[in-house]
This record gives sequence, C-alpha cells and structure tokens, in this order.
Amino acid sequence: MYGYAGRVLHVDLTTGKTRIEPLNEDYAKKYIGGIGLGMRLWLDHSKAGVDPFSPENPLVLTTGPTSGTVWPTGGNGHAFVSKSPQSYGIAEAKSHGSFGTELKRAGYDAVIFHGKAERPVYVWIDDDSIQILDAAHLWGKSPAETEDIIKEELGDYYIRVAAIGPAGEKLVRIACIINEKSRAAGRCGLGAVMGSKNLKAIAIRGTKDVTVAKPDEFLEFVKEFHERMKGPATKKYRTLGTPENVLVHNALHCMPTRNYNNAHFEAAEKVSGEYLNDRYVAKIIGCSSCAMRCEHVCVVNEGPYKGAMARVEYEPLWAMGPYCGVDRLDAIIKGSELCNYYGIDSISAGVIVGFAMDCFENGILTIKDTDGIEASFGNHEALVKLIEKIGKREGIGDILAEGVKFAAEKIGKGAEKLAQHIKGVEVTGYDLRCLKTAALGFAVSFRGADHNRHGSYAFDVKGKFNRLKYEKGRAKAVKDIEDVYTVIDSMIICKFSRGTYYKEFEDLAKLYTLVTGWETTPEEMRLKGERINNLARVINVREGLGRKDDTLPWKVMNVPIPDEGPSKGAYVTQEELELMLDDYYEARGWTRDGVPTPEKLKALGMDDLIPIVEAKIQKA
Amino acid sequence: MVKIHERKFVSVDPDKCVGCQVCEYICAWNKEKAFNPLKSRIRVVRLNPLVNVSITCRLCEDPPCVAACPRDALTQSEENGTILVDEDKCNGCGWCIEACDYGAIMLHPEKKVVFVCDLCKDKPDGPQCVKWCPEEALDLVTADVLAQKARITATKKLFQEALKTSTTP
Repeated sequence: MYGYAGRVLHVDLTTGKTRIEPLNEDYAKKYIGGIGLGMRLWLDHSKAGVDPFSPENPLVLTTGPTSGTVWPTGGNGHAFVSKSPQSYGIAEAKSHGSFGTELKRAGYDAVIFHGKAERPVYVWIDDDSIQILDAAHLWGKSPAETEDIIKEELGDYYIRVAAIGPAGEKLVRIACIINEKSRAAGRCGLGAVMGSKNLKAIAIRGTKDVTVAKPDEFLEFVKEFHERMKGPATKKYRTLGTPENVLVHNALHCMPTRNYNNAHFEAAEKVSGEYLNDRYVAKIIGCSSCAMRCEHVCVVNEGPYKGAMARVEYEPLWAMGPYCGVDRLDAIIKGSELCNYYGIDSISAGVIVGFAMDCFENGILTIKDTDGIEASFGNHEALVKLIEKIGKREGIGDILAEGVKFAAEKIGKGAEKLAQHIKGVEVTGYDLRCLKTAALGFAVSFRGADHNRHGSYAFDVKGKFNRLKYEKGRAKAVKDIEDVYTVIDSMIICKFSRGTYYKEFEDLAKLYTLVTGWETTPEEMRLKGERINNLARVINVREGLGRKDDTLPWKVMNVPIPDEGPSKGAYVTQEELELMLDDYYEARGWTRDGVPTPEKLKALGMDDLIPIVEAKIQKA
Repeated sequence: MVKIHERKFVSVDPDKCVGCQVCEYICAWNKEKAFNPLKSRIRVVRLNPLVNVSITCRLCEDPPCVAACPRDALTQSEENGTILVDEDKCNGCGWCIEACDYGAIMLHPEKKVVFVCDLCKDKPDGPQCVKWCPEEALDLVTADVLAQKARITATKKLFQEALKTSTTP
C-alpha cells in the first residue's frame, strides 16, 4: 500500500497492552487520513455520550497519506482526534513540524490511546517496539523541557516528541498538545484529554522507508509546487505572515476588540504585522519538507519581557492584543511564550482573558475575585498574570481554565452574555457581526468557533459577497469550501498552502493518485470532503449536538457594532441566523434539525452510520 | 589532480536555512530510492527555533575519518576530494564517525557500513540537495569562495548605514 504505512497501533494505557492491526483499506479510501480517518476510528472505538475525561474516551493520533514524503507542507503533519472537553462534540486539532513524518516512518497511520494509566507515563514508539515508560519526573514540566529530557534519556537527538504541559495535566479545558517545542495541536482542549489519561508525552523514532506509487511524476509535481510556493499565493506567509491581517481587518472594522465591545482597535498600528516584522521577528523558519516557511519566530530584546521568544501568528496576536485591548507586542510575545510553557491554546487563552477583563470592567468580577489583579482592558501585566494563573489553575485561573462557557456559568451574574464562544470553543479573530458568510461558517463548524474549518471569511473580507447582509444561496459556497478544508485536513497538508492548489480538487486528486496509486478523480475527491463533513456531523448528532448548537455568541446577535465606520450597526438577527441554517442544511441535504439524512449517507457510501441518524430523526 | 583550494563542497548559509529537510529527503531519494532522512548524506540540525543548519561532508584536507579507519576502507578521492568507502572492507566499527567533528559520516541503518556525501558524482547537474533547496541556502563552493562571501558579508555589516545612503537616489 503506497501512501499508507498500513498499520494502526492500539495502546491501552490501563492494561499496558499494545496491539497492531492492519489499516482498513476501505477506510483509507473513504476517509483519506488525518482528521477523516481519525474521526472514523474515534467513532468506532467510543460509546455515545462518553465523558471527554473518561478512560473510555480514546485519543486518536493520525498521519496523512503524504506524511513522510517530501510533499511540500504535506510531509509533516499529524492530527489528534477525540471528544472535546469544551464542545462535548468531536474535537480535532492538527499540527506540523516533523512529528508526523516520524510516526509514518515508524510504520503507523494511526495510534489509538485507550484507557488511563495509573501513574504519569509517556509512550515510546521505536518502530515496532512500544514501551510505556514512567513520567513521574516529567510531571509539571513544560512540553519543551519534557522533550529535552526524553531525548536525553533515550539518547537520540532525532527522536520527535509531542507532549502536554502543566495545563494538560490539570485538565485545563483549553490545553493543547505541543510537538517540537513550539507547534501546537491547539484547539478543542485535546491536551486535557491527554492529561486525563495520565499521558504526558509521545516519543517516536521511525527508521522505515517511505515511498510513493509514482515517484517520478510525484517529484515533478513537488518541483512544480516549490515554484508555486514562491509565487503570489503564499507571499503573505513568507513576508509579514498572518499578522498582516491586523491592519486589513482593522480597516474593515471586522477585528473583534475588547471582548467584542468594538470591531476596531485604535492602536492597531502598534500590534501590526509590519511593526512586528520590523522590531521582533528574529528569524522565519519552516516545517519538514516545506518550501514556503512561515514560522515567524519573535524575540523580545528589551523591557520587562526581555528574553521572551515565541512564534507569532495573527490569531494569538489578536486574542492577546486587540481582544484584550493590549497594544504591546512584547507582552503578546511573552503571553505566547507562557502558552507554550503551560501548553494552552493561545487563541482561547487570549479570549478568556478578554472575557475576564470585560467581567471586571462590568463589576461582575471584583479585584477580590481576581486575586488583586487590576484586570482592565489594556493592562498588559494583567494579561500575563492571568495567563499564568490559567496555566497553573491557580486562584481565578481555576475558574477561567474551564473556558469562557463554563467559567461564565460558574461566575453567573450575567457573565454568560460576555462569553464569546460557539459550542464552548472560544471565538477567533473575525467579527462575525459584519462578516455574515463567516458567521454561517462559524455557526455550523463541527468543532466550534473556528475560522480554520471553512475559511468562509475570505468571501466577506475580499468582497465577493456583501458582508453586511446574508442572502439565501450563499450556503452552497460555505459547503464547498468546507469540503475543500476537510480534504486538506485529512491529507494533512498545510492550510497556508491552499492557494497553491490552483485547481483545488483537481490538484488534490492528482496528488492523492500519485502518492497512493489509486486513480482518483476530482469529483471523488470532493465527495471524500463531503463524506468527512457528514461523518463529523453524524458524530456530533450522536453526541447530542444539533441545530440549537449551531448558533452565535450572545454579543454577535445582540450588540450592534458601535464604532463609527464601515461596519457600524451590524449584527446578526435571529431571523438571519435561522435563514442561514435553513439555507445550509438544505445545501448539505440534511433535515431541518441539521441531521444528515439516511439518503445522504447512502449516497456517500456510509450506510453503516444510518442507524445513528435514524434514531435521532425518529426521536425528533 | 585538483588542488586543495579548488575542491568544492556543499556549504550552508545558516541565515537562509529554515530546517525544512528537503535536502535530506532528496538525498535519500536519489541515493536509496526512499524518503528516509536516516539514509541521507546531509542532515539538518535544529538547536532551538532560531538555529537551523544542514551539515554534510566538508572534504577536509587530511581527513580524520580516513586516518581513523583501521581497515583502510576509507580513502580520499584525488580527483575531487570526496571520501570513498570500500563497502567490502568497512565493518561499521564507527572509528570514522568518532573522528569526524561534523557528524558528516554516518552508519547506514540497514547495510551497516558507513556512508558519506559523494557530491552526487553520478548526476550531471551536481549535488541534488543544492539543486532542490527551496531557500537557496545550500551552495557548492570552494573554501576560497566561502571566504570571499564572508568578507563581503562582514564588510556589508560594517558599512550598512553607508551602503543605505549611497544607494538612495
């Protein structure tokens, strides 16, 4: 089998037993790899309604068909899939670097972690030899420290490690899984799931060869993509990086600021990509096999945060910057460094701090509640202190570590109205009040508030649609782009490379064919994307999510944008939301409750999942 | 016979190298028909996010690896200075690996003999890592040219401000 290692590894942390089974070829063809394969394996090995922190909730790690090949941006990814402790629906998070390549060379397409270890452990996958080793000495350490110690004790510099930090150990609901010190499978709180299993880290060494079905044509294609990746489609990532968005979004007044109190940040210049590149970017580096390189590593050279070093992207920058009213990049870099240290999702961390600041300014949280921290918007010291407290689950941080949804429920006093989340997952840097296509994409995203599940903000930001008004028929565009995105995340190529696939499904199908040797048409590729989206929906339906959860944060639907300018007065009404959802479910061929129909599943070759939806449709 | 200062080897510009490993993949593919960095004759080192370089054989004068081999399995090519490995004589003892200060000679994971960069002698267009490096961080150069480059860089740094004004119209 080309493109696949052909094996799935099961690690039972409760019994310490491991077993290897062959990869189901039908699954590979239907669900590709990455999040598609991961979600299918999770579904097969879990029971409906399982608690995210229960030993019965498996944690699935997968690679993609191009992992371990030299495919630019595709050779390097991996995905984690499980049930989210934030949304209680399906969780998936990807990361890049070199960890995924190593797993593929060790000979696995997927690893499924079952059960829960009695004591802290780490799993050491050395080709065919699997060991569960004591991690007592690693408990409390950051992912970077953990990686260094493991490399030292196993005696091999080239071992790749993915680990959780202190936050994952303490079941902080926004905890992530970090590989190679700075790359995070960030969203949905999978680090907490890993922590709930007492699994501190996964260390991998792979020595096996990876080949592809049609190497000559494949390498030709690689060469072509190296050229494409030097072209206009990726210029942004190679120059200013995603922080370029700061000034773009600010000009459109679509950058959520001070916990959605504004859509425009008056001090945007000071936290812009231009300013960052000028003063803080020390080097731009890349992942294994990537010709593009995007990782803007920033260093603070002076002031109170001297010595802080972290990779900076738009979303975390926005979350810890404008969203908290903070106009200091040195504090944002420090905040990012702390997120890497504790192992928490830096987007969610910033949004939670912004939420806490809003509560503070509204008197819902007092200075006594915040352990003496003056948590006003713009206070950079408060930002840094609160992130630390979340990472440690200390004082107010213990409540905030639950994420804005659960924290607001605990705090009460109307805090719910200030909690900007979808399905329990904190919002990202697009003001949904004035980006109506994005609003739909966010509302229906299967992993909660997330720009990366669809990218439908592009229609609004680039002016393809009237961003201030939703019109029926637009859901088709959202559906189509979602299907592309699920293919991207199942192949596990990098989202930043999407523009280099000029003919999208055609290029993706060609790549898949060259790698696997399975002739695949563009239409079949599109169907795979649609299938994987339906699979995710079926899982969410099984877990009890539905139309009621496809909704928008309170402020998006109740507080019009106050700022004078191009977005003034915009918000999403209940009628608009209902229109969006009807339009979308219709485009997807789902019921009015948002449940995939048996006919749809049959058409997609997922007959075996029909009983799950039938039960829900009958109930309704 | 080529004089020592005319020998060309693959050098890396640390400022340009992003640690992407394309050189490793391409080397292993060309030599072994497999995507497997362990079979690459050039290896990336990433110390922290800021420090990445690819390292391969420097074609030393009086190469310590050759001197260290107790079985005379290694010799240096008089033609271009590459290290030649006699696979029949090599028993993978590792003295040469210990002798090399750069980690440029290594043990093959399957064949259990050592292997080292041969500048892709079978390829008319030269070392494939250089050809494929997407950042143009690798170069096939003589030590003399390297020194020239270093001199130019040092001078540029010294006169950065002056250069800026002189190029402004």
